[in-house]
Amino acid sequence: MSNSETSDYKSSTFKMIIKRFRKHKLAVASLYFLCIMTLLALLAPIISPYNPNQVSTSFSSPPSLAHWLGTDQIGRDMLSRILYATRISLFVGFAATVVSTVIGVILGLIAGYFGGVVDIIIMRITDTIMSFPYILLVLVAASIFGAGLWNIILILGFVDWPGAARLVRGNVLSLRETNFVKGNVVAGMPNRYILFSEILPNTIGPVLIYATSVFAISILDEAALSFLGMGVQPPTASLGNILNGAESITILTSKFWLWIPAGVLIILLVVSINFVGDALRDAIDPSAKE
Amino acid sequence: MLKYIIKRILIAIPVLIGITILDYAIMSLAGSPLEMMLGPKTTEAALEAKAIQLGLDKPFYVQYFVWLKNMLQGNLGYSIKSYQPVRQIISSHLGPTLLLMGTSMLVGLGFAIPIGIYSAIHRYTKRDYSLVTMSFFGTSIPSFFLSLIFIYLFTVRVGWLPSSGMRTAGGDGGWGDLIRHMVMPVLVLAISIAGSNIRYVRSAVLEILQKDYVRTAKSKGIGRFLTINKHALRNALIPIITVIGMQIPTLFGGAVIIEQVFSWPGLGLITMNAIMSRDYPLVMGVALLTAVVVLVANLITDILYALVDPTIKY
Repeated sequence: MSNSETSDYKSSTFKMIIKRFRKHKLAVASLYFLCIMTLLALLAPIISPYNPNQVSTSFSSPPSLAHWLGTDQIGRDMLSRILYATRISLFVGFAATVVSTVIGVILGLIAGYFGGVVDIIIMRITDTIMSFPYILLVLVAASIFGAGLWNIILILGFVDWPGAARLVRGNVLSLRETNFVKGNVVAGMPNRYILFSEILPNTIGPVLIYATSVFAISILDEAALSFLGMGVQPPTASLGNILNGAESITILTSKFWLWIPAGVLIILLVVSINFVGDALRDAIDPSAKE
Repeated sequence: MLKYIIKRILIAIPVLIGITILDYAIMSLAGSPLEMMLGPKTTEAALEAKAIQLGLDKPFYVQYFVWLKNMLQGNLGYSIKSYQPVRQIISSHLGPTLLLMGTSMLVGLGFAIPIGIYSAIHRYTKRDYSLVTMSFFGTSIPSFFLSLIFIYLFTVRVGWLPSSGMRTAGGDGGWGDLIRHMVMPVLVLAISIAGSNIRYVRSAVLEILQKDYVRTAKSKGIGRFLTINKHALRNALIPIITVIGMQIPTLFGGAVIIEQVFSWPGLGLITMNAIMSRDYPLVMGVALLTAVVVLVANLITDILYALVDPTIKY
């Protein structure tokens, strides 16, 4: 196959994926929503009307023209805080997903390709970590290493890789039996080449789909941790720690603008990511439908 | 068959050892229990004496084996805060958590199984799409936010349900009171269980519906009802049952947050309090216990699966 034919083949697969993806209207809408939110989050320093940590004298004022989403108990503008919180929450979710996926993919590749003792050791470690309730490990790690932005990212990343490792290992095991990989082995290609140039590209689809669900779960976990006061620490705003205030009964009952918007935003972000992931699954691998 | 069971148990043993090592390592990472026990105002000599008394002057691996031996004898150590045996604290709080988790699982699967089956039978219809979309929302709502909404609606607005605890203080302590306290936490947990399982049940049933024997049954003209109930659902139950085993770690994680929000006096609440007050022997005792329960549950599910499904390869 010549080079141009390969790229033609690749671009037509890509077109097919897009075509199938676009059939899912909800997923397309979700993707637009996610793009807009990401853009708003990235542009937060430019577009937010106030400094998110700027204290003012209008305490807990309801939404108005000056403060679209009102102000909190110490007079900070909620709209600005939510923009910055989205930035932090999306960043934590994304970074944790990258960390866990990279660890999972590497360990899964090694376990699946080399097999034997290495495989057994890696898989037993995976089983061990998966036996502990996920949130408990995260909470304990957060209390030992201290809360904070980077700690939370690393903790979520280091606790959540076993799923990706199992997935990649399974894929590698079946790819190892295919003729094109066997051909490479017979041709005496180095392991590194076979792993990264032949096997890895063929597992990217499933890994990408899995990563979307990890992204969604990481956002939920960051929110839960910050809600419990063990995640992103104030004054830095995150969608979870904004909700932390709603445990107080006066906020819950009479200051809806201090908790409803952040909660609704978490739901919309997470549900959009899940819709996109589901449509991607359908688009990339239609044979595994349902 | 026997070979498969033995192989499965042999796989579980290193995992069990791994669980104890990880648990012990985290506890050691958490810091010296001496300083936690004696507090900051103490002398070097007192620390040393206590260390020798507790065997903390020995190397790491010796301490691990001592700890493991105690563990095997059912001694999970002592809480740093209350000095009570961890085992006693756990057993006195296990009941409420099991009640909450068990009921939520029943309610959640009680929703998920019929909805999943319904969705699979009516696949690609508007009803199917809306049910699947709903299930996505079920998994995407943070449980603590849903709890806040429920508390706002049912406690603050209409005042029907109590928002915390398990029984009303000074109340009659009857079943009605308990159930009223359980409604909200159970609903929140059940919604997240249902959300993640509807799609699972749906795809399990869909897969069975495409099998040849279902097509044969259909072609015999025995009718839609019999085809689905007699031939399809029975076989779909196998993968559905195995999900239950997979639920336990997630369910316990959910309980930690829900019990905190609703002040439900169970294992999750004391664990959360222990984490906050850095009472690591208690935290890791709970972690060890849940991990072992999860391991055993997975083992049993795998073996049951092999027993029920004759097509599985050993």
